[in-house]
Amino acid sequence: MHVIESGNVAAATGVKLARVQVIAAYPITPQTPLTEKLSEFVEGGELPAEYIPVESEHSAMAVCIAASTAGARAFTATSANGLLYMNEQLHWAAGSRLPLVMCVANRGVGAPWTVWNDHQDTISQRDLGWIQLYCADHQQIHDTVLKAFKLAETVSIPVMVCYDGYLLSHTYMPFELPEQEEVDAFLPPFAPTHFLNPEAPRNFNSVTLPDVRPDLHGNTAPGYMEIRKTLQGDLRRSLTEIEAIDEAFGEIFGRSGTPFLEPYCCDDADYVVLCMGSLSYQLHDVIDTLRDEGVKIGVMGLKVYRPFPDAAIREALCGRKRVIVFEKALSYGNQGALYADVKSALYSAETRPAVNNYILGLGGREIKTQHLYDALTESINNEAAIGDEPQWIGLKL
Amino acid sequence: MSKEEFCKMISVSEPGPGDGGNTGSWRVRRPVIDLEKCIPAKTGKPACFNCWLYCPDGVVTKTLPPTIDYTYCKGCGICAEECPSGAITMVDEASFIKEEK
Repeated sequence: MHVIESGNVAAATGVKLARVQVIAAYPITPQTPLTEKLSEFVEGGELPAEYIPVESEHSAMAVCIAASTAGARAFTATSANGLLYMNEQLHWAAGSRLPLVMCVANRGVGAPWTVWNDHQDTISQRDLGWIQLYCADHQQIHDTVLKAFKLAETVSIPVMVCYDGYLLSHTYMPFELPEQEEVDAFLPPFAPTHFLNPEAPRNFNSVTLPDVRPDLHGNTAPGYMEIRKTLQGDLRRSLTEIEAIDEAFGEIFGRSGTPFLEPYCCDDADYVVLCMGSLSYQLHDVIDTLRDEGVKIGVMGLKVYRPFPDAAIREALCGRKRVIVFEKALSYGNQGALYADVKSALYSAETRPAVNNYILGLGGREIKTQHLYDALTESINNEAAIGDEPQWIGLKL
Repeated sequence: MSKEEFCKMISVSEPGPGDGGNTGSWRVRRPVIDLEKCIPAKTGKPACFNCWLYCPDGVVTKTLPPTIDYTYCKGCGICAEECPSGAITMVDEASFIKEEK
């Protein structure tokens, strides 16, 4: 079915079609209408789920952790400071290996207070052990929600579906909605291996000591370090699953082929722009203009940030003249987080391209096509390296 | 890739004594029951048992007389605090080490 709706509705319909069983959410700022739509679905009898309104985002994540531990498919959504208020529980969800899915409408983080789009909220949460997927338009939001449940339940790792606040969350765009039968064929019911069961009581995530120790039966139980090493290994191996799920999704829904990077005009490109979210689509116009001027340039939208698809990035960027990383976030006191990650991935490449870093759109600062054009021509024409310090686009003072 | 290949090590265990490790080694003071003062021991009746009731680790038995499992007792001292007849004394573990030597 073809619909024209907001990005939040694209996410909510994905959640409904995924037959989520428990939704816990805090309803006030910085929440988005995504959860309002879900409460309508539940209230109207369209979605037979428990909708649990809570008193904070921290509690929302705690409820999702409990529901998932009891074997239910659980979902929540948040943004910005709400996401950060969850922080301690987010680590807990990842360490517990619970396959939660959470949508984050990306917004800037106070202070000073802002509610507008940038990526600082989720970028600051990159080291949780969660999987982070980024969307460029409404269709990707909807599809990514469905794929996120499949991925989370396959690898037992929670997944964040990130999309630009306002730019995608509140704007209207056309997208395709699949039939329930198609989604059911793609996403079978959640069947956890370990869950709370009164018939067979279990302790989950009780205290571990620095060393391993025997369990009740004298068998050596894994300690903190073994459990954490398993999480890291499973996250790295999730990259293979992301590819497999993208392919399986394509077989049913007809959309697949770019699991990690979505390229535009990159085949013969000497210069490649790398960024996340809706910005990659906005850049298409700029790329077209520069192509008309004879510049061999393209853009790649990164869809998976954690686990970091370093091999795919190396393969895509090795041999290019220059890579320009546009970011709506910073690792304050250093550089753009994505920029640092891209450079790290390229370190072992046979021929390393030059890499530049541009910071833009913080706190919803308007990103003008002219600014993007100017930044790219500056980067391309400046054969001497601009340097490692991030350059700022769109500053007014 | 099948689901079984993921999540091979998590923290899940059957509950029971010792699931939290040999927590008795954490103890710096040991609760010792004076059976002359302990109400159930002294009267020979199943009464009081405040120590059993209040122990957060479940290491005190509801028996005549009550006993304490020092393998897991962390030495928190709640039993000594709650004993209405002052029968439980917290004794420095160092004095037992001297004795054992």
